[in-house]
Amino acid sequence: MTNPPAKIPVVVVRSFRKARSAAGPLLRGFVGVAVLLLAGEVIGRAGLVDRSYLPPTSTVLAHAGRLLTDGGFLRDIAFTLGGWSAGLLIASAIAVPAGVLLGSLPVVDSAARVLVEFLRPIPAVALVPLVLLVVSDQGEMERLLAAYAATWPILINTIYGAGAVDPLARDMARCFGLSRPAILMWVWLPSVAPFVATGVRLASSVALIVTISTELISGGGGAGLGQFVFDASGDPGGAAQVFAAVLVIGALGLLLDTGLRYGERTAFRWHFERLGEPA
Amino acid sequence: MTTERRTARRAGSGLAGAALRWSVFLVVVGFWQFATTLIPEDYVPYFPPPSTIARTLYETWFSGPASHGFLTPTAIDDLLPSLGRLLGGWSLAAVVSIPVGVALGRSRHAIEYVQPLIHFARSIPATTLIPVFVVLFRFSTTMRVSVIVFGVVWPILLNAIEGARQVEPAQLDIARVFKLSRQARLWLIVVPAAAPRIFAGLRISLSLSIILMVTSELVGATDGIGFFLSNAKKGFELPEMWSAIVLLGIVGYVLNTTLLLAERRILGWQYDAEENR
Repeated sequence: MTNPPAKIPVVVVRSFRKARSAAGPLLRGFVGVAVLLLAGEVIGRAGLVDRSYLPPTSTVLAHAGRLLTDGGFLRDIAFTLGGWSAGLLIASAIAVPAGVLLGSLPVVDSAARVLVEFLRPIPAVALVPLVLLVVSDQGEMERLLAAYAATWPILINTIYGAGAVDPLARDMARCFGLSRPAILMWVWLPSVAPFVATGVRLASSVALIVTISTELISGGGGAGLGQFVFDASGDPGGAAQVFAAVLVIGALGLLLDTGLRYGERTAFRWHFERLGEPA
Repeated sequence: MTTERRTARRAGSGLAGAALRWSVFLVVVGFWQFATTLIPEDYVPYFPPPSTIARTLYETWFSGPASHGFLTPTAIDDLLPSLGRLLGGWSLAAVVSIPVGVALGRSRHAIEYVQPLIHFARSIPATTLIPVFVVLFRFSTTMRVSVIVFGVVWPILLNAIEGARQVEPAQLDIARVFKLSRQARLWLIVVPAAAPRIFAGLRISLSLSIILMVTSELVGATDGIGFFLSNAKKGFELPEMWSAIVLLGIVGYVLNTTLLLAERRILGWQYDAEENR
């Protein structure tokens, strides 16, 4: 009777507990997602709302699966990503040198801030009607607008980074007789680059919003994900298609953001360690 | 965030700063005026000189009678509904997401259930949901406000969660030792500690709500600044179009400055504490 139940070795128990505590957040995350998907399925099927408005989860997921193997849709993804990346590149090419220049010259800096503060609140989408008149090509239009919107986060972060260059390191490099390009390369670059990376990550989501919005607003005849959603929403039975596309776009946004965040953390590990944040 | 806060403080430092800022602004506008005379002939109608834009801005929006606060009928019909939707959607999002965010930030497990969902929802560009909300609510004010709310809920929520998480555990322990009630702990310790992050979230979401307001009004609207813009485009009225764009810049600037002032009023104690550190 006093015979204890079969003893489980302590090591096993410990490793099991460890695994459970590590898997806990992940598991709970899955539970959360599952509950939402289930709720979507139940609401969709129960007929609480018109099915053509809010299709059940399974229908949406099936549509999303089909979209990912559909050549036309993949071309739309490529088109949107083209606009996004071109906008981001143009913005970086403008904002990084400008930011370094502005950040290193205090007088120019406070002057430029005024302009930035007035220009930044103007939403890029408000320029769509204007740009529609001047530029007729949709691809060119979205590159232009994405670049405009992406410039600000990069510029502001670069200015901040250039202001954070250690003056001691700068003076020391000068004392050692390093040439200007060498100082730029060895003192400025390592100091500014992490800030630029943060700016680019923030700008990336802005550029994606602007690219897709432009496609959405600019109306018929274009390509890209925004155009796809716009067309699908015009169909009487297109709700499932719209939801599926939104799902894919969300996944794309998450993927881009996670990728850039990961890149930032790995490339500038030392920077984040210095800030005392977990790398 | 700290960058902006510091900038804001520097901006507030004295009249000399203000004078410098405005003189720079005037010089640039002067340069712009000059540059419009150099534009190739084909593009002249697209880029009216700033003097024309300023006149149109005044005539279209602000030349009304004093009894209407100098607003013209256009401003009353288009600017006010836009502002209403903007502030309505933004405050609705704040009212919902601040308490939820603080609650999630203080609980250990609840956050783990919803974190993936929040990150996913945040990654969806809110404008993509315009067609979804059009399907659900047609072209109504409800649709436009929903777009704004859905778009700006996430930055506020995430910042409130982060803020509530960063409460000093020692402070909470002391409060418990002194037998402060749950209520008191919430209002005296958690909320003040989370407030700076919450304000940061509010500021990000404010500029986001302007974007969403305009975008939602560009499709199937009957009033609003976005509607005015698309109308001006149809009529090829470029000075009017530019005036609306500048107006949006002014709205954004004024709202952001107001929020910054409010933040400094409410969180003044904290900046003082930081300065003395």
